[in-house]
This record gives sequence, structure tokens and C-alpha cells, in this order.
Amino acid sequence: MASLVRSWIPLLVLQSFLFAIAFGSTQVEEFSEALLLKPLPDRKVLAHFHFENRAPPSNSHGRHHHLFPKAISQLVQKFRVKEMELSFTQGRWNHEHWGGFDPLSSMNAKPVGVELWAVFDVPQSQVDTSWKNLTHALSGLFCASINFLESSTSYAAPTWGFGTNSDKLRYGSLPREAVCTENLTPWLKLLPCRDKDGISALMNRPSVYRGFYHSQRLHLSTVESGQEGLGSGIVLEQSLTVVLQPDTTSIETNIQPSWSLSSLFGRKVVGRCVLANSSHVYLQLEGRLGQESKNVDTEIEAHKLWKNADFELSFKPDRVLRESSSFLFIFDIDNASDSEPFDLGLTWKVPSKWSCQQAPLHASRFLMGSGNERGAIAILLKATESQESSPVRELTDGRCTIKANVFQIFPWYIKVYYHTLQIFVDQQLKTDSEVLKKINVSPSTDKVSSGMLEIMLELPCEVKSAAISIEYDKGFLHIDEYPPDANQGFDIPSALISFPNHHASLDFQEELSKSPLISSFKEKSLVRSYTEVLLVPLTTPDFSMPYNVITITCTIFALYFGSLLNVLRRRIGEEERFLKSQG
Amino acid sequence: MAGEKRNREEEEVKTDDGSPKIKPRPIVRLGIFLIAHSPVFSVVFSAAGILALLLLPLLAKNTYISENALMPGSARSMLSNRDVSAGSKLVKDIKNFRLSHEGQGVEVQKLIGEYMSEMGAEVYYQKFHPEGNQFHPLHFFSGPDSYTLLDNVSCASYGVNVAGIIRAPRGDGKESIVLASDLLKCGELNTADNFRRAGTVAAALVLKVDGRSERFEDTLSIYAEASNGQMPNLDLINVVNYLAVHRQGFYVRVEKVVSLLSSSWLKIIGEIFEAVGKLAHTLNPDWNFGIPAADYLEGSATLASSLYSQALGIPTGPHGAFRDYQVDAITLKVSPRFPPDSKTRQHDFFLRGARLLEGTIRSVNNLLEKFHQSFFLYLLTSPSKFISVGVYMIAFALLVAPLPMVAASLYIDGCKALTNSTLNPAGNFKSWKWLDAAKQVFALHLLGFIVTLLPYFICQIPGQHSPRNRSIMWGTTSSSLLFITFATIPGCSPFSSRLHGTNWAVVKSVTISAAFIGLCLMSIINFATAEIGALLLVPTCLMAQPIKPALRSRKIKSLLGAFCSMVLLTIGFPVMFFAISKELLGEGLVGLSLGGEFWTWLESLWAWKSATYLYIGMVHLPCWLLCLCILFHPS
Repeated sequence: MASLVRSWIPLLVLQSFLFAIAFGSTQVEEFSEALLLKPLPDRKVLAHFHFENRAPPSNSHGRHHHLFPKAISQLVQKFRVKEMELSFTQGRWNHEHWGGFDPLSSMNAKPVGVELWAVFDVPQSQVDTSWKNLTHALSGLFCASINFLESSTSYAAPTWGFGTNSDKLRYGSLPREAVCTENLTPWLKLLPCRDKDGISALMNRPSVYRGFYHSQRLHLSTVESGQEGLGSGIVLEQSLTVVLQPDTTSIETNIQPSWSLSSLFGRKVVGRCVLANSSHVYLQLEGRLGQESKNVDTEIEAHKLWKNADFELSFKPDRVLRESSSFLFIFDIDNASDSEPFDLGLTWKVPSKWSCQQAPLHASRFLMGSGNERGAIAILLKATESQESSPVRELTDGRCTIKANVFQIFPWYIKVYYHTLQIFVDQQLKTDSEVLKKINVSPSTDKVSSGMLEIMLELPCEVKSAAISIEYDKGFLHIDEYPPDANQGFDIPSALISFPNHHASLDFQEELSKSPLISSFKEKSLVRSYTEVLLVPLTTPDFSMPYNVITITCTIFALYFGSLLNVLRRRIGEEERFLKSQG
Repeated sequence: MAGEKRNREEEEVKTDDGSPKIKPRPIVRLGIFLIAHSPVFSVVFSAAGILALLLLPLLAKNTYISENALMPGSARSMLSNRDVSAGSKLVKDIKNFRLSHEGQGVEVQKLIGEYMSEMGAEVYYQKFHPEGNQFHPLHFFSGPDSYTLLDNVSCASYGVNVAGIIRAPRGDGKESIVLASDLLKCGELNTADNFRRAGTVAAALVLKVDGRSERFEDTLSIYAEASNGQMPNLDLINVVNYLAVHRQGFYVRVEKVVSLLSSSWLKIIGEIFEAVGKLAHTLNPDWNFGIPAADYLEGSATLASSLYSQALGIPTGPHGAFRDYQVDAITLKVSPRFPPDSKTRQHDFFLRGARLLEGTIRSVNNLLEKFHQSFFLYLLTSPSKFISVGVYMIAFALLVAPLPMVAASLYIDGCKALTNSTLNPAGNFKSWKWLDAAKQVFALHLLGFIVTLLPYFICQIPGQHSPRNRSIMWGTTSSSLLFITFATIPGCSPFSSRLHGTNWAVVKSVTISAAFIGLCLMSIINFATAEIGALLLVPTCLMAQPIKPALRSRKIKSLLGAFCSMVLLTIGFPVMFFAISKELLGEGLVGLSLGGEFWTWLESLWAWKSATYLYIGMVHLPCWLLCLCILFHPS
């Protein structure tokens, strides 16, 4: 009997395993890793790490996860988060040189500091409570002061200007937050291999933080299973976007710098993360290079793609995908090992120039006015070169128009006068009805809530520049509200400019793989760009002033009351009489 | 309580001595004593004030960097020879461009703009119109005009400034270097317009390159004075001075009054101070206040220039435009020692100049907040020595101290004389004696106010007038107004009969009080103006007395007094003083052009909203007129 049981056990195990494969391919937790490398026109290299972790729908709370980070699943369950995105960014995304009209830039070009938005699956009345609790939980999880977003003065509830239409959406950003390794380490802890193995082993901290831009992003969304009794699955997307400057030794300045993974990161890929379903390295070459040699049928032609007169790759790509204006070389890193590390390199042979696809309008924001009393904020939208060639055009009443959404949060101490909103198109002042399609304003309340402005502009396609200006008064802060350290001023969070009719996507024609990175590129994403952070100097009190005031008032009081009492109390006549009588 | 008891005991002890009369309190006694001996004290105080002013170069302290965060010179220089070659190329390009396109200033801006954008800067072109200098009385002390967004003025003549913004490449874009060039001369005022867009400006450096240095070394001149005697934070000058001297080996200089360097009387004073210092050093080796006479001479020439430029209230360079926006700014003028064709030296000079700028910018960038440490109120005696407000205000305080004393003493004298001479029952109201005099003083101050406003109306007269004609117009209207005042207001005129005339002592008393109030008010607005004003006005006011009795008495002492007051009054006349100061600064004047020069000088005062103009018109001129009245008083 015992032997019978003993012989059955392996069979049972095998059966359950087969069962799982047969019926629940979606039931298995999946993890995939990918790295996209992209030379940029301004002699820099973009590295985009992308990790996706999928937890299947389950019906039990607090169940055991194999790969999926438990902290995140608990977060989702506890605060009933439907969708959430958290990003830590340092540096500015250069829309002109690094692209403004591709899925990569529209998803990964983030405002400086911390940005958090979340959609909740709770009744309307509980949204704010959930948000506050979520900020605290994330603050602990990521070693950052996200808990400052708890205060109602620092977040807002965008209606349509943000791009995600939901009344349970909350948005907040901390432009001042300094981002460093202490934020990256907890982020890496969510990965099954951390940074010990696989692609994430490349993340050498000094190299990452030496870059011109780095943005670590965490996006999670819940997937409804559709089945009754079953909870929802979670998709956790983690990405790190870094823009690095390869070291150049050559004196030749017009040739793009050659690089390799080891020269960029100081490390090589020695193998895949064994827990990952797929791990790929992609190299995207944009512009001029992509347009030549349309047919790559023969082996020689394919060979020419990666080893030609212009440039040379150090590894043979496993596959090459084509898009309208770029090539994507795909490398599997399964074969990499300690003895034979994967160190992809790109060597340029001749000078080459190309340009990135631009968003229809380039946005910048600046302050006007001087002094500590009042000022004005202006957002300038300038037509980019690519605008004429832009395929997306919409005709309204026979006119070609570009729609642009502006979403801006104003801290309460920037007291904006919404009636002073002026819109100039090509330096001509326009009335609201001409260009303003939609506007939503929620004024700020002093020390209670921040102000929010959402505008939908409808500009003619041939627009050269459009400027929005709005005036404000500077408020006075309470002494406690000043930052404890020396500061140069206060930051106004970035404005978000999005183009609701423009969607970026990369359409790889012969793509069959189910790589999460490529499929996310294939999805149409809203073209958006963040403006720079503004620095507003507020009246700073002289903090030693209380001391001065106390000493000076005490002196004046002493002098005043001393002499007053003297005058009131002393009777000089009587004193004189008394003295005379004595004399 | 115990103290009170002791006081009473003391009083009782005193009274026990047998004197029935109680002595007034010590402060009152001191006041009475000072007033009683006011002539002696006024001489002592004035002399002490002038002596304190002369002592200032001795009291100057060495500058030090008070904001630790600045850390000048600690950053490793990133500038290489390649950058310098690129700079030389730009210079060459501009020179060639100038040669080939003569008279097209705007095009050069484009060339510079191209260079800037190659460097990775955002380039902006700003059109501006040279503004006419219009005097407007109401715009004094008001802030800069409110900004106008994207104004489209279609005018034929405009200038173009080019500005480039280089943002910190790895930062969040909040920190940036703003470069601006204006090649057209009229652009000085407009440079600052660009910066209205810039948020906070930590510091501004205006760079000028001069033809050739007079000295053997490469010279760096620092100009710091902005409008109304406002100075930039001393730390900014310190950083530039430290880097220029200790890192890049420049000879740093600040402006000085050259004519003072050769003046023998100052040299003698310097030698006296040196001797006293040496003597003090032998008495006590810890007393080290003596400085060599040559240093003293240099220091006082610099101090005089510093004081004069602050008093004038006109910026000494284009950096003045920044001060209106509370930006610390200085103008740096570099003059190389080499002849312009020597290439290697030019390269070296370029490198050092650029490293100086780089070091300064990086130092300022180290600041975590706006400049606020260190001094804003100071006078420079050399690039590395300064006198802070606490020291230099002593001289002013000593100068003006005799004024209230003399006023009180004169008032008492005048009242006595009045009660003796008049039998008028109304004169019994002793305390109202000063009213007649006050009327006269007020009338003349009102006249001064009107005279101050007159240029506004003169500017409104249609047609082109030369500055000379305008100043003649102003002079004639002012003097005719003066005669009308004398004619219409009884008691005002120095020529009226004695019955109507007031006692000159009371008039002088009220005049001195008015001068005192005016000087004290001015010292708050622009200290240097008040200081120089006090040097002129205090002796004039104190010496003023009718010359008729002096002439009649024919005593040497009174004749000398009358002569002195006449001389002082002559110097004190604003136009006269203007001419003398021009002469001192080595800018010769032809007698006839004086009127025109004076007018243009006044125009420059209006342009920078200098309070000195208001001081001259509303304090100095009325007091001067009143002294003139006293001088010719028919008593």
C-alpha cells in the first residue's frame, strides 16, 4: 500500500502540473525583462530597462506569490488601486533630440522629482482617504517623501486634462524630491532577480546616476478576470530610462561616439534572469538608416543590416524588425554566460545625422514679472519642424486643427487670477471662443487645496506659436511652512501638455513575438510632454527678526512706561516744597 | 525699590549741603551746557566729523568671504584650451564680419546667436526701442514699469539684443546661465528687460573688454555702484577679487579720483597719520593702525571716488540696470597688457579671463539661496578693503550733531532779542516767535519743490531745444519765481524794511533745523549724498550771518567770518559745485558749456531716478537760498 502511494505521488504532482499548463496558462505568474538601447542624435545613448510582472487573477487574499512582489499585491488589495503610476525622475527630457512623438518618450519622459497618480476602485467618498493611505504606504516602500502628497494642498483630481478620464483619479507631484540610489534599491527589490542577475545586473549605480536623465517608473494596473468569484490580476510594469553620454576618446567630433554595454555601464550581461519568461536586448536605430534597403530577403542583405559601411554591431542580431522609419535589432541573451558575456557594442564608421520625430508643438514654460509681489506664468507652444509632415490632422468645420490639452496644478501660494488668462496665437491676442474649446478650473483655497487648470486648445494647423499667460499674486506662508534649509525658491509643478488627437505607436510589420515591451510600443499612446519646473521666489522673512522685534519692543516699552510712570507718579512741586521745608 | 531709596538719599544728601535750589537732571544739564557753549562744540564736532572722514582709510577692514557656501576657487576648472580657441574664433569671425558688413549691427547679433545655439543654448532675440529720457516727477522711487507681454510695436528704429540661456545639462533646468549681448550703445537700459523672464537671478556680471591696460599687468576694473548708492553684496566683489588676484593673476582695481593722488595736502595728512601710527606702535606694539602714506593716499582717492559715485546715484556701468530688480551685479572691465596682435598672449589672456568668469559663476552656483550674508552698505578703499556702515556713519553723525545744538541756542538768543526789541503785545506769545521765520523757510522750501518740478514742464515745451537753452530757461524761470516769492510774501525778502523782517537768528535757527531734518532723511535714502551734502551744508549753515554788521564793525574776526560764509555760499551753489567736482575728477569744462553740461548731468540723474536730484532741489537749494537771505539780512 505504501509503495502504491509512493508511486502515485509523483504522478499526482505531474498531473497537477500538467493541469496547470493545460487550463491555466494565464494563471501562471509571468516575468519578463528587456533592455532597449537607442543612440540619440545628440551623441548620447538611451537605455530603457523594462520589466513586466503579471499576477493572474486569484480569489484568495494574501495568497502566496511565486514571482510577483507581495508588497505590491497587498497595496493593490488594501487600497483597491485600479491603476497607478509612480515615477522618480532627475534631469530634463530633451524633446528636440531625444524624441517627442514615440511611445518611449510619451510614456517615459516624466517631470522632475516624484509624480504619482492613481485610480481607485472605491466609492467616491473614500477616494481621498485611499489616496492618503496609499501615499504613506508608498513612502515607506520607496524611501521617499511621497507622504507629502497626502496634504490636500499638493494633489488634485483632474477631470479630462490628464488624459485618463475618471472621477476617481488623483494626481500629485513633488518637483523638489531628490532621486538617488535609496529610491532605486527598493524598486529593484520588487524584481525577482533584483540586480543580481539578468539585464538588471547592468544597473551600476554610478553609471546610472552619472547620466543626463534617469527616470524610474512603476506602473501597475489591474486586469479584471471577468469570471465571477475570481479577483483581478495585476500587471506591474517597471521601467528605468537612462540617457548616458558614452565616453569619447576619438578627436573626430562629427562621428557619433561608439559604445558598448560595458563602456556605458561598466558591466556586461552574463546571463538571463532564470525566472524570466523572456529576456531580450533591443537596439533601435532611427531615422535615415531605416529608410534605405527596403527588402531584406537574402541572408547577405540581412547581414548588411548590422554590419555595413555606416556602422557595425558586435553581435549578430537574432531578428531584425522594421518600422516606417527605424530598425529594431533583437538579441536573445540566453546564450550569455560568464565565459562568454553579452557585451553589445555599436561602432560608427562614418558621420551620420538623423532627427527624432517631434510632437506637433514644443512646450516651454516661464515666469514673467519681477519682485516679490506678483508675476505671471506663460506657457509657450512652438511649432516643431515635423509638424508639417505630421500625418495626424483633424478637420473641424473644414479647418485643419491641432488639439492641445494643458493641465496645470498651482500650489495655493501662487494665487492665480483665472480671469487674466490670455491666449496669443502667432502673437495675436485671441478671444476665448476662437481657440479655447474646453476649460475647467478649480480655484485654490488658502492652505487647504491647490488650484487646477485644464484647458483644451484648438489651434490651426499652420500655427507657428501659441502662448498662454496667466497672472498671479504671491501668497505669504506661515513661518512653519518654509523649508527648514536654505532654499532658492518654491517649485511650481510641471504642466502637462497632451495632444488628444495624436497617438504615438511603433508599428513593426512582421512582429509575432509576445514581448511585453514591443506590444506596449504597438499600443497607441497619447502624445504628451511635461514642461520644466518653475522656481518662484517668495518673500522670505528674516528669521532672526523675532529676536530683533522682541529686543526693540522691550526697549521701547521700558523707555515709554518708565518715563510715563515717572511723569504720572512724581510730584515735582511737592518734592520742591518738601525740600524747601527741610532746608 | 532699593535703587529708588538710594536716589532719594543722595538727593537729600545734596540738599543737606545747603543749596535750596534742586539741580535739574544730568541729561537736561548736559543739554543746557551744550547749548550754552554751542559755538565751541559746533567747531569741535565739525572738525571731528571731518577728521573722522579723513581717518576712514585707516579704519578700513580687509574683506573676507562671509558666505561659506561660496567656496571660491574650489571647483576644478573645466575650461580647456579648445574652448579658448573656439572663443578666439568667434572674435575673429565678428571682426571679419564687421569689416565686410559695415554699419549692420543687427547682423552681428545673428552671428553671436548662431554661436550660442551651437553651444547648446536656447537663443532669443529681443527687439527694443531706445527710450527717450523723459523726466517724470511722479516716477521717482516707483518700481519698473509693468511688463508687457509680446508687445508688437512697429517702429522703424529698433535695436536687437541677443540672449542665450544655457541650462544646467544634468539638472532640472532651474539653474541656468543667461548670456546677453547688446552691441548697440543705447541698449544699456534694456538689457535688464530680458531678465524679467528669468525668475530669480542670483548675480549678474557685465563684461567689458578694453583696448589696452595702462599698467604692466592685465588689469581688471570692478565697477559696483548702482543707482542711489546701492551696492551689490560685498561677497560678489570678494569672490571676483579673490579669483582674479589669487587664481588668475590679474591686477584688480576700483575707480579712484586720480587728482587726489597728487594732492600735497592729502599726502601731508597721510604722513602725519603714518607718524602717529608709528608712534603708537612704539608705545604699544599691539596698536597697529598706522598705514604707509602712499597706501593712505590710494585709499582716500578710492574712497573719494566710491563716495562720489554713490552720492551721485548714477550707476557706474551697465550693471545698474540689474539693481532695480534686486539682482547683485557688477561690471568687470578687463584690459589686456599686450598689443592686440600678439596671439599667444591673447590666448593666455582669454583663458584666464574665461577661468575667472567660470570660477565666479561656479561660486555663485554653490549658493543655496540668494545672496544675503555679508554687507550691502559699505565703501571701498581698495578692492580688498572696505569700510562698513557702522564706521562711516560716525563721520556723518559728528557733522550733523552741532545742528540741533546751534538751532536751539540761536532760537533762545533770537527770542530774547525779539522780546527786548518789540513792544507788540502779540510778541508776548513767546513760543510763537518762530512762526514768521518758519513761514519764510516754508516758502523757500516750496519754491525749491517747484524748481525741482520745473524741468518736467520745460521738457513739455514743444520743439527741439539744446540742453543749454533748456538750462537757461530753467534758470530764468527759477530766478523770476524767486523774485515773485520775495515780492509777494512779506518777511521773506532780505531786502524788505526792517519792520517786516524777522530776526535773522530765528530764521537761521529754523533753517538749520530744516537742514538737519533734510540731511537725516537723506542719510536713510542715500548715505553718501547726505555725507557730501553735510560737508557742504553744515559749515554754510553754521557760518551764515549778516554781512552788514560785519562790514560795519570792521573787525578782522567778523570780516573773516563774512568772507568765509561768502566763499562757502559760492561753493555751495549746485552749479558751482558741479563745476568744481568735474574739475576735481579731471574732466575739464569750458565755461560756456557749463549750462548744457549741467542739464545733461541732471538728465542722467532723472534716468536713474537718483534721489540726489530731489535732495539738491528740495533740501540743498532752499537751505542755500535761506543762507543767502541771512547773509544779506538788513540787520
